Amino acid sequence: MTYIPHSPKEREAMLTAIGVKSLEDLFKDIPSKQRFPKLDLPPALTEMEAAAELGELSIGNENVRTDLVSFLGAGAYNHYIPAAVDHILRRGEFSTAYTPYQPEISQGTLQSIFEYQSLICALTGMDVSNASHYDGATAVAEAANMAYAQFRGKRNRLVISPTVHPQYRETLRTYVQGLGLDLAGDDPNANLEAGPEALEGLIDGNTALVIVQYPDFFGHVYDFTNLIDIAHGKGALACVVANPTALALFKSPCEMGADIVVGEGQPLGIPLSFGGPYLGFFTTRKQYIHKMAGRLVGETVDNRGQRAFVLTLTAREQHIKRERAISNICSNQGLLALAAGVYLSLLGQSGLRQVAELCYHKAHYAAEKIGRVKGYSICFDTPFFHEFSVCCPKPVSEINEHLLEHGILGGYDLGQDYPSLKDHMLIAVTEMNTRDEIDALVDALAEVSHD
Amino acid sequence: MNIQPKLMYTKTDEWFDPASGAMGLSDFAQSQLSDIVFVEIVVAVGEMVAPGKAIASVESVKAAAETYASVSGKVIAVNEALAGNPETLNNDPYGQGWMIKVEGADASSLMDATEYTKYCEERAH
Repeated sequence: MTYIPHSPKEREAMLTAIGVKSLEDLFKDIPSKQRFPKLDLPPALTEMEAAAELGELSIGNENVRTDLVSFLGAGAYNHYIPAAVDHILRRGEFSTAYTPYQPEISQGTLQSIFEYQSLICALTGMDVSNASHYDGATAVAEAANMAYAQFRGKRNRLVISPTVHPQYRETLRTYVQGLGLDLAGDDPNANLEAGPEALEGLIDGNTALVIVQYPDFFGHVYDFTNLIDIAHGKGALACVVANPTALALFKSPCEMGADIVVGEGQPLGIPLSFGGPYLGFFTTRKQYIHKMAGRLVGETVDNRGQRAFVLTLTAREQHIKRERAISNICSNQGLLALAAGVYLSLLGQSGLRQVAELCYHKAHYAAEKIGRVKGYSICFDTPFFHEFSVCCPKPVSEINEHLLEHGILGGYDLGQDYPSLKDHMLIAVTEMNTRDEIDALVDALAEVSHD
Repeated sequence: MNIQPKLMYTKTDEWFDPASGAMGLSDFAQSQLSDIVFVEIVVAVGEMVAPGKAIASVESVKAAAETYASVSGKVIAVNEALAGNPETLNNDPYGQGWMIKVEGADASSLMDATEYTKYCEERAH
């Protein structure tokens, strides 16, 4: 049954009101031959035929599970995903992941979100986590939005490190363009080795937020305590964009004094999947909870005194606060937040730390070996987590073509984003890479060097 | 319903005390909003306010509202304690629930308690 709420009479009244004769007139700017063109489609296939054709097409894809060994990271990381994650995601009870407005019938979903929030808080050290954003980039943009609102629009400067992920910075530029904010530090030509000190001079009394990444886009780990102190001294807030896996190993951004900790949740049990859908996590301190965007689940007791879960503090969201809401985001990545929650609860504190340690040691093994190959050098003398930059003897695209012939997906071409890093490759190593695979990468790189 | 005889009122349910220059949210308004969980005063001492200008943002468990200045004047005090205790607006809207104080205000265009009582009764039907 098609449900069309308007009667022909009502439609006629609306057309008269806007001064057109028929519905067709609304489309007259589109040339008539383009309006309903003959599409020249092949005849419909049966399900069996369609499955065969799609199967045939998918052979052209290569994936990091069965075909390729990956050393590509740059924001999306190839980690092992325990089978239980997928199994729980596929349960029918979770397949309608839409907003659980009615607690009477949504206790399971609400509890899973509450547990996700609790786990993310434990990982970041922060007081409160929302029930997620679309991805790391939009979580960063929402942090800027929140800081802008915190100062009621009276502070117009954001300071961002050039070593924050280039795509996050791009998303941030898109978000803030209408607010007329001044984005300081967003310069790919800046000295990338300067560390957090380089940002200190950019923070002034007009700065709403200072944004840094941990580890940064190049895998480097800095202690931002001093920088955050300086930001606070100027009355500004500080946001740390963190890799959740790294948080199992390093000092928490909360300990450094961060007011907001956000990041890309993909490393927590979410497959690479050609770049999405992913999950943005967002945490802050309790005093800023009313300025935070997104869904929030709280624990309470029902009328019989039993523990229960419910969406809470919803009046800050746009469906209630309308145009005065701080953000227009109140949707979340429910199913992916569930995946992250299941992943974290399966691994536990020691399991996640083990993953992080494996990443760290394997990456350092790889860097040490690559640094000894003729023609290559590891640039930047800064402590790193599981990603590092390599100065190459040839263009990265050329090297990657050669690696692909060996079944290796090479690193990220940094020259795309940073002019000074032409012929520099960003290599990521995770627990998925065996010693043999790392050695094979080193050998293949040596071959290119000799050509 | 609690309507204080010595205060003046607006059609958007704010009160003003001509004696002290204080203003806030009426008892009628707080009861409509139900449990208030957040309040933020959005003006600072020294700023000028005028009718229609938002002085506070209030959120309850089910609704969100702006509180507007009831009269024109210069802000001489802001109730800083309110942010940490938003429930004060429910418990004591005319006392500890004051939001800001202004000086030099003219309240003659506002409703007195009798007019406001009538105004609230009309809306109750």
